Amino acid sequence: MAMSFNKIADGEWELNVCGYACPHPQMYTKKALQKLESGDVLSLVFDNPSSGESIMAMCEAEGNDLIDRQEGSGSFTWKIRKA
Amino acid sequence: MNVASASIATETHWLFRKSSLQAMGVFLLVVSGSLLALAQDTRFVYLLVYVWFGLAYGILLQYGRFCMASAVRDLFAVKVPRMAVGVMIAVALYAVVAAIVTLAGFSTFHPNAMGWHIVVGAAIFGFGIVFTGGCASGSLYKAGEGNMNSMLVILAISFSQAVVVTASGWWDALVPQSWIDSAAAKDMPAELTITQGWFDIFTAGYMWDLKGSTTADVLGQSGAASILLYNTFLTAILPVILILIALYVFYYRKGYLRRSGKASPALRDELAGMWAMCTSSRNTALAGIGLGILAGLHMYVTGALREHYDVFNFGELLVAMGYTEGLSIQDTVFDPGYWYITTQEAQWGGWVMQKLGIDNMDSIFFGLDNGLPNPLLNAPGFMSIGIILGAAIMALSRREFKWKLPSWETAFFAIVGGTLMGIGARLAMGCNIGAFFATVTNGDPSGWVFLVGMVLGAYVGVKVFTWYMDWSDARKTSESGL
Repeated sequence: MAMSFNKIADGEWELNVCGYACPHPQMYTKKALQKLESGDVLSLVFDNPSSGESIMAMCEAEGNDLIDRQEGSGSFTWKIRKA
Repeated sequence: MNVASASIATETHWLFRKSSLQAMGVFLLVVSGSLLALAQDTRFVYLLVYVWFGLAYGILLQYGRFCMASAVRDLFAVKVPRMAVGVMIAVALYAVVAAIVTLAGFSTFHPNAMGWHIVVGAAIFGFGIVFTGGCASGSLYKAGEGNMNSMLVILAISFSQAVVVTASGWWDALVPQSWIDSAAAKDMPAELTITQGWFDIFTAGYMWDLKGSTTADVLGQSGAASILLYNTFLTAILPVILILIALYVFYYRKGYLRRSGKASPALRDELAGMWAMCTSSRNTALAGIGLGILAGLHMYVTGALREHYDVFNFGELLVAMGYTEGLSIQDTVFDPGYWYITTQEAQWGGWVMQKLGIDNMDSIFFGLDNGLPNPLLNAPGFMSIGIILGAAIMALSRREFKWKLPSWETAFFAIVGGTLMGIGARLAMGCNIGAFFATVTNGDPSGWVFLVGMVLGAYVGVKVFTWYMDWSDARKTSESGL
């Protein structure tokens, strides 16, 4: 399972880090958010529950908005708007 | 941060979901196994205490995503203090309950020998945890979430320790002659071949010459007030307060003041900020409180059972129940009486190696101290299994369980990192649970030395890991675009 990072529309990106445990998901998320412009939205797909807590704390610290959370069957899809 | 919507599919009542039924199935499996054991012999209640505390630890670890690896790793990798705060909360609570248990006379705690081996071992351990994605108990709870990488980590920890504590031959060149001389001077049974095997020489020729004691003992103090002042306050609570202040100042304050719009904060605002940091992850804080209290209670229950059965070690109960295989030459087995992870995993590896025909009972670690009991009679081993099952129950009931197969890359990290964790844990005489969490909370300052070593190792590990990620991303930029 490889990580993938793609632009899916104007100002919208998708990062898929399924299959990775800590610390990959949070570190890839940090790198991906650095690539985005302010106001861009990142759809983050991951399946390592522990990473979620750290990613939430990262968003809080940097002022990014977690605008949507879809969860179920062991996978998580979160949408983050960069501040 | 705003959470605009949190939509979780709720088409079926949680009680009737497949995953909830599976969680109940796992729970019933533990109940049935416990009843079967009691039907065999009621004295198995001693082993079942480990099982059920393990189960509770697993439930709380998964609930709070409580992993000490992330406490140091995420601090350096993504500047998130969440888990470090959670660990400090757990340390404070455990210390308070441990003080009550000690004053009640039921403490099962023994201090670790203080020396350079702790820093070196902890640094190797700390380096390893960055690559495995979890500490020793973190790997257990993630295995309970269906993560097969974590299962590989557990295997690597088990076998690397078993090899390290019994290896001989060229390994013996790693230790100085003075340790061999010191080991030879110890009056030990010939079957232990104490001057052969580098870990035996390290143990008898170096470790046994060191002292381990609580802060109150070092200062020659005794009595209830001294235990509370020196062991509980000075060794646990005060460092926790100082570390929380440092975490606030370096990792939380700036963002908090920006969010709350306080340009020139008063002391009240700073205290409110510290409180906000401690409660920012509710699950982690609650898990920290629960784990701290349970870890202390665990010592109490095992201590009370030892008094009830008039034994010092589970080995004596095993003999009384007619199980004499796999005991050490002192008729003992590993039985810490509190939360511990790595030694029982070393026993799993050692037991398998013994069944494959390798004679490893001539080592101090297995032959003199911990024995090599059948895994079905390994009480702390069942604590580890309990953690996996408890985490599985929690993950299933929250619909977070998912079988996750390793890739070649993650499997490589799991095996190499797990091996380093095993080596480090044996040199330091435990992992972040046995050598840190259980020690500082019981007045033994050696745990803070372990933490320093682990932080140093993790810091270097994060640097190396970040370099690896950048290097590997640069190679596949066209595919990933990151």
